[in-house]
Amino acid sequence: MPNRKDYTNGLPDPLALREEILKKYPAKIAKKRVKGIVINDPNLEQEIMANVRTIPGIITQRGCTYAGCKGVVLGPTRDIINLVHGPIGCSFYAWLTRRNQTRVPEGGDNFITYCFSTDMQDENIVFGGEAKLKDAVREAFEIFKPKAIGIFSTCPVGLIGDDVHSVARDMKAELGINIFGFSCEGYRGVSQSAGHHIANNGVFKHVVGLNDRERVGKFQVNLLGEYNIGGDAFEIEKLFEEAGITLLSTFSGNSTIKSMEYSHTADLNMVMCHRSINYIAEMMEEKYGIPWVKVSFVGAESTCKSLRKIGDYFGDAGLKAKVEEIIAREMAKVEAVKSSIKPRVEGKLAMMFVGGSRAHHYQDLFGELGIRTVSAGYEFAHRDDYEGRKVIPTIKIDADTRNIEELSVTKDEAHFRPDLVEKKAELQSKGFEFKDYDGMMPEMLKNSLVIDDVNHWETEKLIEFYKPDVFCAGIKEKYVVQKAGVPLKQLHSYDYGGPYTAFDGAINFYVEMERMLATNIWKMIDAPWKNESELVGSMTIEY
Amino acid sequence: MLLRHTTKEVRERTALTVNPAKTCQPVGAMYAALGVHGCLPHSHGSQGCCSYHRSALTRHYKEPVMAATSSFTEGSSVFGGQANLLQAIETIFAVYEPEIIAVHSTCLSETIGDDLNQIVNKAKDEGKVPFGKYVIQASTPSYVGSHVTGYANMLEGFVKYFAEKTDEKIRQINLLSGWVEPSDMRELKRIMKMMKVKSVLLPDTSDVLDTPMTGKFEMYPKGGTTIPEMVSMGDSMQTLGLGEWATTKAAIMLDNLCKVPFDIIDIPVGLKATDRFIQALAKAGRVSIPESITEERGRLLDVITDMHQYLYGKRVAVYGDPDNIIPLIEFLVDMDMKPVYIVSGTPGKRFEERMSEILSERVPEAKYKNGPQADMFLMHQWIKEEPVDLIIGNTYGKYIARDENIPFVRMGFPIIDRIGHSYFSTLGYMGGLRIVEKILGAIMDKQDASCLEEKFELVM
Repeated sequence: MPNRKDYTNGLPDPLALREEILKKYPAKIAKKRVKGIVINDPNLEQEIMANVRTIPGIITQRGCTYAGCKGVVLGPTRDIINLVHGPIGCSFYAWLTRRNQTRVPEGGDNFITYCFSTDMQDENIVFGGEAKLKDAVREAFEIFKPKAIGIFSTCPVGLIGDDVHSVARDMKAELGINIFGFSCEGYRGVSQSAGHHIANNGVFKHVVGLNDRERVGKFQVNLLGEYNIGGDAFEIEKLFEEAGITLLSTFSGNSTIKSMEYSHTADLNMVMCHRSINYIAEMMEEKYGIPWVKVSFVGAESTCKSLRKIGDYFGDAGLKAKVEEIIAREMAKVEAVKSSIKPRVEGKLAMMFVGGSRAHHYQDLFGELGIRTVSAGYEFAHRDDYEGRKVIPTIKIDADTRNIEELSVTKDEAHFRPDLVEKKAELQSKGFEFKDYDGMMPEMLKNSLVIDDVNHWETEKLIEFYKPDVFCAGIKEKYVVQKAGVPLKQLHSYDYGGPYTAFDGAINFYVEMERMLATNIWKMIDAPWKNESELVGSMTIEY
Repeated sequence: MLLRHTTKEVRERTALTVNPAKTCQPVGAMYAALGVHGCLPHSHGSQGCCSYHRSALTRHYKEPVMAATSSFTEGSSVFGGQANLLQAIETIFAVYEPEIIAVHSTCLSETIGDDLNQIVNKAKDEGKVPFGKYVIQASTPSYVGSHVTGYANMLEGFVKYFAEKTDEKIRQINLLSGWVEPSDMRELKRIMKMMKVKSVLLPDTSDVLDTPMTGKFEMYPKGGTTIPEMVSMGDSMQTLGLGEWATTKAAIMLDNLCKVPFDIIDIPVGLKATDRFIQALAKAGRVSIPESITEERGRLLDVITDMHQYLYGKRVAVYGDPDNIIPLIEFLVDMDMKPVYIVSGTPGKRFEERMSEILSERVPEAKYKNGPQADMFLMHQWIKEEPVDLIIGNTYGKYIARDENIPFVRMGFPIIDRIGHSYFSTLGYMGGLRIVEKILGAIMDKQDASCLEEKFELVM
């Protein structure tokens, strides 16, 4: 059972723990792993090895490129048929398992509840699957009449040489709707991250900019990298609506493909999950001149900061006043709940290993309750997500990254917004920061242990060493950690709870932490007779 | 409406699968391997396969599901996965220390033509397999068959590798379990004990995927068929395979390798399939059937006759795996229910024959289909055409059940929104009782919730 540890004088030096972890590995593995396990010192410029191959045989949290492309980026978009070209499993496992909530207007399309696959058979592997894919696209079109179809490649597709892009082009010409393909075979990268990049490229190439809709609001923005798990995007939408900020498109929680088509008419891009979506933000800036800022709506304080940032960007007195009004009102509610819960959970220890941004953002929420993060790391992030964007020029491009197409983006003269470029320059001169992501490590405590692509062995050792009060990860780790007597909060699926963004979300999270941390159930694991001596009774039944 | 695009007009499809009633081979191989003690399943393919399969099994069992992966990258896909698997074997034995690594392939490694047998032998030659430890393998291409096929292939892999024929027969039978829950495996063992038939159950996921909370994580829980048990299977008197799709291959392998004769019967779901199971056990073990078993049967019959009026004539839609739904359909028919729509994504010609045997006389209007395009979308379209009173299948059926306001009983894989399947068996007579209880509960709850107030009944 985890014991409360007194870390009031700072976190213990985890060097011995790191040594013990590494000792178990064959020398070659240890040599590589040590670079991915950093004893944090926010005052130093430390380098972590990230976005590199997982060693075969290691029980990793990571998934594949397809999962990142289909599951993450386009999965939450409701009015597109996401057709998976491959054997049945890939589509089956991505069927509704990611909790992307969506609000469908009366009569609107919603294909999220459906699972589409070409269900490749051995003859398709031997003789090629393009003909079957074409037929499947035709059948999907005839039965469902979608506005768009995305085709997602699974491992065998690239190997047998099926060209999903040419099939998409042909079918687009034949059927007259937007059809595009993704070369997101599972093996393309070292994790889901490659899939995010491929999805960003595809959406940018085939969707963004198709519709030059007229302005509908004074402050037009896009929210990038918010996937509406458990209704997170709804919370943010609610705030924007009240503040008078027009959210054109979210990539991609509660989104439609139609809204992405006019997303280039925004005045500002806001990036939530830097890892999965910064590519589109960058490309939109190059092509259309739309600047981007990093925001986070995880945590009440972060929400205030992000709202104020939008206010400052637009510089509109009315907007700024409205933002302050919302913050004042909502923070009063937040403080009321926080002050009742914080005394019960303050000083507890958390660790989180998840995703490409959540392991960072959720530290803010825990921090608001006085819960300290002793160890954290990402499942599929890159060095910039740990160390900040300043290290991007120094990141070595390895063979796995080179596999992914880098789109060469040029200025779209007709739609380019010099006014925004000017605005950006002016604001920058006043100290307003754009593309401002400093990563996880500078914000973490000294001696906290930062681990990239944590694996099962390391998880066991971490629990043993820190005896955390709460562990955050995903479904595969959930019961492993809980069997060890430590409650686990899933930060992919939120354990089917949430939302946890913005003010109401923060309140939800505080209440959830109270539930998880103040319960006595974990103290009842041992039976009351555990330490009683054994009796041999005279009345035992003999079989 | 959750499935707002589903209409009753059925358009023939030849290429598109929508809302499948199956998944792919490797997850079955992983599940089967978890039923062997001290075994770590290993997925030879991209990381996503392993991650998806572990996630699917974890959601279903709410238990740790440990498995490793070869973590293919583009390079391994071009040059072959041998280096990855060799590295994986070395890593796994060093870090996770299993007794056995059970490697299964994926569509990726099959497509590039990796020869698992050759790679595993190379690992042995290079001393990467420590003394007394084992690596076994099964070929499980995702583009052939279904998850059930993968389960069958892995079982075959285990008996092929471990079963040994010596000169001395052992007075025991081999019980090859189809894809059922840990609770069901436990129930099978209870029945064997009641029958006093000594047996080896393979696989056995009880005490693996239903472990108690102890505050201590066990990477290799106490359950699972052991190596000595698997070795001994070659000397058994007979093999009983429960479920044609899942166990035939392993049963034939045992016969070929060790001359153990076999019978393949249905998984004991419901009355008649359990009758056949008990009789087969009695015959194979040369024991008479104890009164206590007959009494359990009587209890099941008693409840069915008591509640017959609520079951009679009810139209049911069922989807799932052939081994599990064939005896279930037979049971529904025996209770005078009408299983009118049946789909299974798992291919196999025998399905139609068995359905026809069970249904042609008693439910001639029944529509059934398995294999390509036999999916839940088709079944839903049939339901739109003419509704049913009950749906039985895995969790995905809840979308249809809600849209159409139809009572819904969860059986099959995966069940990811309710608990119970891990702990309460649906096999044998007592399991049959649980099925009846669940069916009645669903049907009667709807009656209670939606009947006219004047028709609201206290006693039912």
